[in-house]
Order: sequence, then structure tokens, then C-alpha cells
Amino acid sequence: MSFLSKSLAVARKETIAELRTREMVFAVLVFTILVIVIFNFTAGVDQEVIRAAAPGLLWATFSFSGTLSLNRTFVREKENGCLEGLMSCPASREVIYVGKVLSNLLFMLVIEIIALLVFTLLFNIYVLSPPLLVITVLATFGFATVGTLFSGLSANTKAREMVLPILFLPIVLPVIIAAVRGSEQVLAGKSWAGLSPWFQLILAFDAVLSVVSFLVFPYVIEE
Amino acid sequence: MGNGSAIATETALETRLVSKRFGNRLVLRDVSVSIRKGELAVLFGPNGAGKTTLLRILATIMNPTSGNVLVTGMNIKEDAEDARRKIGVVSHQTFLYNDLTIRENLEFYARMFDVPHRRERIGEVVEMVGMTPRLNDRIGTLSRGMQQRVAIARAILHKPEILLLDEPETGLDLKIISVLWKTLLGEGGEKRTVVFTTHDLERGIELGDRFLVLSRGAIIYDSSKEQMDVTHLRETYDRCSGVSV
Repeated sequence: MSFLSKSLAVARKETIAELRTREMVFAVLVFTILVIVIFNFTAGVDQEVIRAAAPGLLWATFSFSGTLSLNRTFVREKENGCLEGLMSCPASREVIYVGKVLSNLLFMLVIEIIALLVFTLLFNIYVLSPPLLVITVLATFGFATVGTLFSGLSANTKAREMVLPILFLPIVLPVIIAAVRGSEQVLAGKSWAGLSPWFQLILAFDAVLSVVSFLVFPYVIEE
Repeated sequence: MGNGSAIATETALETRLVSKRFGNRLVLRDVSVSIRKGELAVLFGPNGAGKTTLLRILATIMNPTSGNVLVTGMNIKEDAEDARRKIGVVSHQTFLYNDLTIRENLEFYARMFDVPHRRERIGEVVEMVGMTPRLNDRIGTLSRGMQQRVAIARAILHKPEILLLDEPETGLDLKIISVLWKTLLGEGGEKRTVVFTTHDLERGIELGDRFLVLSRGAIIYDSSKEQMDVTHLRETYDRCSGVSV
């Protein structure tokens, strides 16, 4: 089997386990909707204020929910020594990494799509436009690639839930800022051409962060 | 139960001056050992002697700080993936996902080990450990003994030449222990190379045809069944366990 098919086997295993228990998706979804509802009460009814604050609120919500779901990445692997079982398989450590990134990306995108729907309903702002969806996918990819690396790093620490955001959010901050600024431009009605600097910036961060994370992960997981 | 009657002379596993350090603590000190094909080597040692660390290094789960490990002549630094295809691991931990069924767990490992004719092979190994009626049950719903049977099926799924057993009998009843050895050693009459760690001296002597004692990270006793002096082995083991003789 090729590198990709083994990575897909890891992602498939994660998806089956999550669909069966719905532990992570359900908890993160409830949290995400609650955050949006709280922000909705804070923002009031002034459409101009809402429009100005919406990108920040949206990405703050995605950052919280993303961090919460990334914390679960290696929880299943700690049960019954599964990580050792996985590491005894004839596959490179990068296979594990790519499989985990794919499953994290899938879970985060599902939650974000639902969050965008809820956001549209509560704030009365249409945030499901194609440019905003592209920004969401690109930024979430960057988030998932770095987050999976740091989730592996924090998996063996006692205060995993605290260690992950402290280590990971400063690294991923440029992606979040670029996504917020890009989203602002989308809501201001900028064309695809006007958005391209933000797409390029997010893509550049994605490329650098994903390559570095891919190369570093084997050392992180073995030690 | 040892399968040493037809031991070949080729080396299945070899460690050359293997050391492992965790921070300031040296867990393995220049361990050099060579296990022949078909041999059932028993590794004795008290808690904290480094048995599990040595097995994890042999299984390529962990890298040594220094030294080399050869699996059927392949250096694991260069051919880790090929080496892993030759090795099956059974530990007191099952390496099984609680939220997946027996079939899903085995299917996942079969994919990872590139097992041909996955469905048929899963059927065979599950039959061997007597778990066919529970094939679609989640691991989390099974008893400890049943989970360990599935762990055995997982370990032999890819027909490994070498089995590394890290205290696999922990918490199992006699019936399941008998299934364990019958399955691990008996499949198709093959002579598997086995490295087995245990605290239980009597059990190890009964099973093995090569005996090693690991104490504070170093091999302090190494003998074949033919050359073994039981009294000396007992004294060595008791000394390193801190038992007065």
C-alpha cells in the first residue's frame, strides 16, 4: 500500500471511531454554538457593529473550537497502548501525521460549516459565500497541520489541555490574522482579485507550516 | 514447550552495544545479544531492569541512544519499515481501539501491514483465537482475556517471523494462556523466533530454550537450555531482584 492509502487508513479509522462515539464532534459543536450565541448577545443589533466585529468573532470561535478538537487527536492512541501498535506498523511516522491531519481537517471543517450556518442565522450576515469558504478551508488546513504536530508533542504531558494552546496558538497566529483580514475584505464586498493577497498569504503560511510540521513530527512522536 | 529442536544457526535478532538514555537516566547499557532463528529466548529481570525498553527498541517503536539493532540482518536505522514486517508484538497492552469492532481493528492493522487477502486472513486468525462469534463486537465491550486473544490475532495477522512478547500472560487465566502459546507458536508448524519477557522464573524455564537476565540495563546472564545451570540462574535472578538467597 502506498503512503497515501496508509494515511487514508489512519484517517478512516479515526472517522469510524468518532462517528461511533461522537464524543469530540458533539462536545466541540455544543461549545462552538454556545460561543456564537454569547457573541450574538454581546454584539447587539447594530448591523454595522456586527459587520465590523464578525470576522474577529468568527475566527475566535474557530480558534477555540479547533484547539478543543485538536486536544483529542492522540487521546484514542493512548488507550491500550495503541500509539505503540501504530508505531510498530511498517509505515513511516509521516503516514501517521498525514492521517491525523486529514481526520482533524475533516472534523474541523464539519464543525465550521455548521458554525457558519448558525452564524448566518443569528447575526443575519451571509458568511457562506464561496470566497469566505475558501479562506476557511485554507486557514483550517494551516491550523490542522500545526495543531496535529503540537497535539503529538503535548500528548505525553500531564497538562495537555493547557500546553497545546500555549505552544500552538502563537505559531498559528499569522494564519488566523490573515484569515480575519481576508474575511473582513469578503464582508466588505471585495472581488476575488482584491482578495488574492490574503489567499496568497494564507497559502504561503500553510506551505511553510505544513512542510516544517511534516518534517518535525517523526522526532516529536518518537521522543 | 520450547521450539528449539530444530534451531537454525542464522541470526534473527541482534543488538550491538545498544544503550538507551532517558534524560540523565541510563536505562540500557551496551546490550549486545544475538537470538538465532527459531529460538525461544526468555528475558528475565526485575521491575525497572529495562526489559520493556529493550523490547520496544527491538520492535523499532523506540530508537536506541547508541548502538545498532539488526532484524534478520537488516539494520533498523536504515530498513525500519522492512524490519517491522518481520515482527509481531504482544504486550500486556492490547494495541486495540476500544471504539472499533474486532473486524475493524484487524482490518486497520491488515491495511497497515499490507496483508494480502485481508478478509480471508482476518477470518483465519480470528478463528484461531476462537473469537469468530464476536467479530462485530467492539473491543471495549470484551473482557480482558478476550481482548488479549484479539491482540494475539493482531500480532500474527501478517505472519511475522519474529514475535516479541512483553509479559503477555499478565492477568490472563490458564485457558487463555494455553490459547496464546498454541496460537503464537503453532501456526502452520512454523518455527517462529520468540523473545519473551517475564518475572516468573519457573514459567520462563518451562517455556524457553535460551535464558537471559537483564539487571539495571545490562545483560548479566546468558545461557542456552543445554548449558544452563538452574541454580546459578536462580541465584543470579534472586540477586538482581534484591531477594536474599
